[in-house]
Amino acid sequence: MSIAGRVHRVGDHVDTDVILPGRYLTLRDQAALGMRCFEGLDPGFAARIAPGDILAAGRNFGCGSSREHAVLALRGAGIAAVVAESAARIFFRNAINLALPVIVAPEAARALAAGEAAEIDIAVGVIRQGGREWRFPPFQGEVAAIIAAGGLAARVRATLASGAAPGG
Amino acid sequence: MQRTITEKILAAHALEGEVAPGAIATIRPDVVLLNDVSGPLAFSQFAAMGATRVFDPERIVLVADHFAPAKDVESAEQLRLTARFAEQYGLRHHYGPGRGGIEHTLIAELGLVGHGDIVFGADSHTCTAGAFNALGIGFGSSDLAAALATGRLWLRVPATIRVELTGRPGRFVSGKDVILELIRRIGSDGALDAALEFGGPGVAALPMDARMAVANMAVEGGADWCVFEGDATSLSDMPARGMAPRPPVLADAGAVYARRIAIDLDALQPVVARPPSPANGASVEELAGTRVDQVYVGNCANGTITDLRQVAEVLRGRQVARHVRMVVVPATQRIWRQALAEGLLDIFAEAGAAVSAPTCGACFGGHMGILAAGEVALATTNRNYRGRMGHPDSAVYLANAWVAAAAAVAGEIVPPEQVMGNAAGGIA
Repeated sequence: MSIAGRVHRVGDHVDTDVILPGRYLTLRDQAALGMRCFEGLDPGFAARIAPGDILAAGRNFGCGSSREHAVLALRGAGIAAVVAESAARIFFRNAINLALPVIVAPEAARALAAGEAAEIDIAVGVIRQGGREWRFPPFQGEVAAIIAAGGLAARVRATLASGAAPGG
Repeated sequence: MQRTITEKILAAHALEGEVAPGAIATIRPDVVLLNDVSGPLAFSQFAAMGATRVFDPERIVLVADHFAPAKDVESAEQLRLTARFAEQYGLRHHYGPGRGGIEHTLIAELGLVGHGDIVFGADSHTCTAGAFNALGIGFGSSDLAAALATGRLWLRVPATIRVELTGRPGRFVSGKDVILELIRRIGSDGALDAALEFGGPGVAALPMDARMAVANMAVEGGADWCVFEGDATSLSDMPARGMAPRPPVLADAGAVYARRIAIDLDALQPVVARPPSPANGASVEELAGTRVDQVYVGNCANGTITDLRQVAEVLRGRQVARHVRMVVVPATQRIWRQALAEGLLDIFAEAGAAVSAPTCGACFGGHMGILAAGEVALATTNRNYRGRMGHPDSAVYLANAWVAAAAAVAGEIVPPEQVMGNAAGGIA
């Protein structure tokens, strides 16, 4: 799986309230949520994202509320992958469960240049931009299985249909 | 192997895998908890999974609290979807306006969480259950859809950080100050990918409501969850909440900790967290004179009867400053009724405060006290992120209920003793 798009940058401790403010938690549609993405931090953000773009973030990305709407908002805005120095546990799981790759790669997260194109090869575990290259360990185990299935719902659906003991 | 409380409780609930820090284990919950915001997304994922039944209709708790009572047509639809799921799958526990309250306070009150239990909740503040010597593990909606269908989830077992409490909190110092002080020291990601364990002789000086205030904000320090040592207080609290008492889960003497942190309750003073991070703790004195437009007392951290009594102690015979809006939100219907019976609601009303029905309300910027651009609130809630309670250019300071009530009277942040004098009184 390969992702190619322009890089957008945010800082440390970006919480899910600024990704998707609480007043929009009555929305459930991905496109509608995407229009509100980062409204609390940068109201012009959603309009600048093209489908397939990459978000580079600092430490503790996605901290705070467990709202899965934050992942839907990022996806709805067009973000195809997040590269972060570190990520909050619940956000990380939510993103993987909705098949949005969150790659914890501190050096790449710090170095990726905003506004420039970059490429990510999820299977191999490499991020490339302007002749530079950063390696990361490819997803393993349950995380890899969920991404490969296209999300947790598809993964559990297949497991339930097969009658096997569900691991999800 | 010598184990922490987290490792022991996980091991007792493990269906597959090894319970050791860094390992992956499949865990079964005692309770699965969803609300009117996380629920509807989970229900559609549940359908997408092709699930046709829930793992156990007795162990699932649905609570309408975020936008309850419904504030508009869209939130009314979310409440309707929540009620419909409960009805469709014959769930024993579904609580709407007038019958429940804020989920984390409510499940404790209902006797659904006690020593050694595990709660899976589609809400980050599920960690509040740590007060009861239990693990409250927060997830998003997809994970909990899987839990609804299968009664299990995979987890990466965290290392444990031990927080050793000693001493007794002094006047105007509460559980809120313990956790704001801890997060001030370790930062918003200081406990990332770790579990917190609160123990030591100081635990005995913290009543259950104070422990809930501490446990509630474990996630603001980045922790996966937290757990208090059980003791005589938590043991006698179980029958008081309608539960059969059972022994607490204690750490082994040789348990391995990633880090140890000591907090001396004797030396602790009220802590106020400046916007926009719960880790921005400062002393009341440093922030004295900060003008406030709104004071909000409530939420899953500090809407207990203990908090309401503290507020009433300050407001009795005093008035909320003319330029301040004060909103008081008892966390559950039962707490609301107890506050009524004790005459607290009348004290609030007479002082000029608005009293709301139980709801998550304005804490997450939902409704019932939203801030305009440029406004400043002091709140007993758990998050002061940018725009958390309203406009992106509004600001929220976090503090305990005494500091909140004193600010309401003074119209600015002040030491509570400045409003109250130094009269003797209860703690925590």
